[in-house]
Amino acid sequence: MSNNVSLGTLFKNGIFGENPVFRLALSLCPAVAVTSGVKNGFLMGVAVLFVMTMTNVTVSLLRNFINPKVRIPSYVFITATWVTVIDLVMSAYQRTVYKEMGLYIMLIVAFAIILSRAEMFASKNKLLPSFVDGVGMGLGFLLALMLLGVFREFLGKGSFWGVQILPVKPLLIMIMPTGGFFAMGLMMGWLNWIDRKFFGGTGASSGGH
Amino acid sequence: MEAPALVQAKEQPKLIVSIGPHMHDEESTAKIMWTVSGALIPASLMSVYYFGMPAVMVILVCLVTSLLAEAGMQWLLKKPITLSDGSAFLTGLLLALNLPANAPLYIPFVGSVVAIMIAKHLFGGLGYNIFNPALVGRAFVLVSFAKIMTTFVAPVTTFMALDAKTTATPLVILKEEGIARLLEIYHTKAALYQDLFVGNRAGSLGETSVAALLLGAAFLLMKRYITWHVPIPFIATVGILTWIFGGHDGLMTGDPLLHMMSGGLILGAFFMATDYVTGPSVRSAQIVFGICAGALTVLIRLKGGYPEGVMFAILLMNCFAPLLDRAMRSRVFGKAEAKGVKK
Repeated sequence: MSNNVSLGTLFKNGIFGENPVFRLALSLCPAVAVTSGVKNGFLMGVAVLFVMTMTNVTVSLLRNFINPKVRIPSYVFITATWVTVIDLVMSAYQRTVYKEMGLYIMLIVAFAIILSRAEMFASKNKLLPSFVDGVGMGLGFLLALMLLGVFREFLGKGSFWGVQILPVKPLLIMIMPTGGFFAMGLMMGWLNWIDRKFFGGTGASSGGH
Repeated sequence: MEAPALVQAKEQPKLIVSIGPHMHDEESTAKIMWTVSGALIPASLMSVYYFGMPAVMVILVCLVTSLLAEAGMQWLLKKPITLSDGSAFLTGLLLALNLPANAPLYIPFVGSVVAIMIAKHLFGGLGYNIFNPALVGRAFVLVSFAKIMTTFVAPVTTFMALDAKTTATPLVILKEEGIARLLEIYHTKAALYQDLFVGNRAGSLGETSVAALLLGAAFLLMKRYITWHVPIPFIATVGILTWIFGGHDGLMTGDPLLHMMSGGLILGAFFMATDYVTGPSVRSAQIVFGICAGALTVLIRLKGGYPEGVMFAILLMNCFAPLLDRAMRSRVFGKAEAKGVKK
């Protein structure tokens, strides 16, 4: 799909047209699990952005050397390598957040979005498009997580980035897993509505986890 | 349903063609909804009698918000506005009867909005909702405002009493302090049963008075709007399982009557588990639905973190209603199975 697509389009595609969370509906469980606060969502997004980009680049570079029969294990190995890097960096520089969501950082290895981009894009494209696709998809994921985080933290705790804005906690349910699904569903529906209303789109795919 | 365009000339009137049998009946959605609402009048009146002015306010806020949310949502979705079919009214009333009387008025408001807008209309409106809207509304506010939602007030003696006394519901006392403490408060078992039956106890608005609820339920059963297939297995399962496992002195020492008459069991079993939309429609599936809901209720009451489990039990079983229906639909006759053919 890439040869005649400009890099700018590819970049925008990851953020809007094929946003991992809201349009492709991939990697929804981390999106629900870590977005109870904006800060967690942001750091998770940064971690995914890094792993996504580096995995895409590595897979693209190695695409002619990987035997198709063992390509999936190879992708997972590559992803795991980069996840180890970000895992060690985060545990060194973001102790408090790491304690809270270190498990999910390690789980990035199994994120559907990373494996699917490696398989569907990076393994078939040259270095530069793969890099741009990785950055675009990573940023799309980051933005989606922050959007959910802002929505949920404000409604659930009445705060933004840990700073209390409202004197009360309006709807406690929003920072619980249940609220994550509520927020996800409402947000996806709202974005679909915007897409349909203003851009003539067709809506999100049925998705995976 | 339009006739195919090929046959239909421009000036011909549109004909609605449907498959027989063509039967006309007095019943309509609106009639059923208003009748069920009517059957809840005794319970509503008892709640007002026992909890006074705050109960009136909670019921009013629920009804008004539900109707407004229904109209607003239908207007937004460009659907015909169908307030007169009574379904939003019934949802509002059921939600109100599931809330504590001392709830600040934003709780019925939020609950009604969630019930109508999210649980009902975002799933496609009346007839398409998977979960019982009133119960979703209540679950939402229960989790959001857990502290307020589990603080109940004792029944008041005068209508305008302002200083309501907070107290625990019989189920909470039973769960946290045991049956001995409950008997200490009510002195004798007979007095306890009597208070549970007439409704003189703490609890949600509509769940307290078993007598009033049974009156409404009997009316609905007589009119055949509901059948025994869901509520009776539901209540019986709760009775049997609490009798077996509910006691502290080993098996078979529980108090089934106490469990059957407390909490929201009667209200839930007769008025919410029997919902046409969210429950199964095959008779045998309804019996299984009732038994499973009863078992879940007992599991939550005896082993779970909440003292009461009727709401979660019904919501969980709502998911399974279509599966139960599919698994147990009646056999199709007149279809021959190929015999002697080896697969």
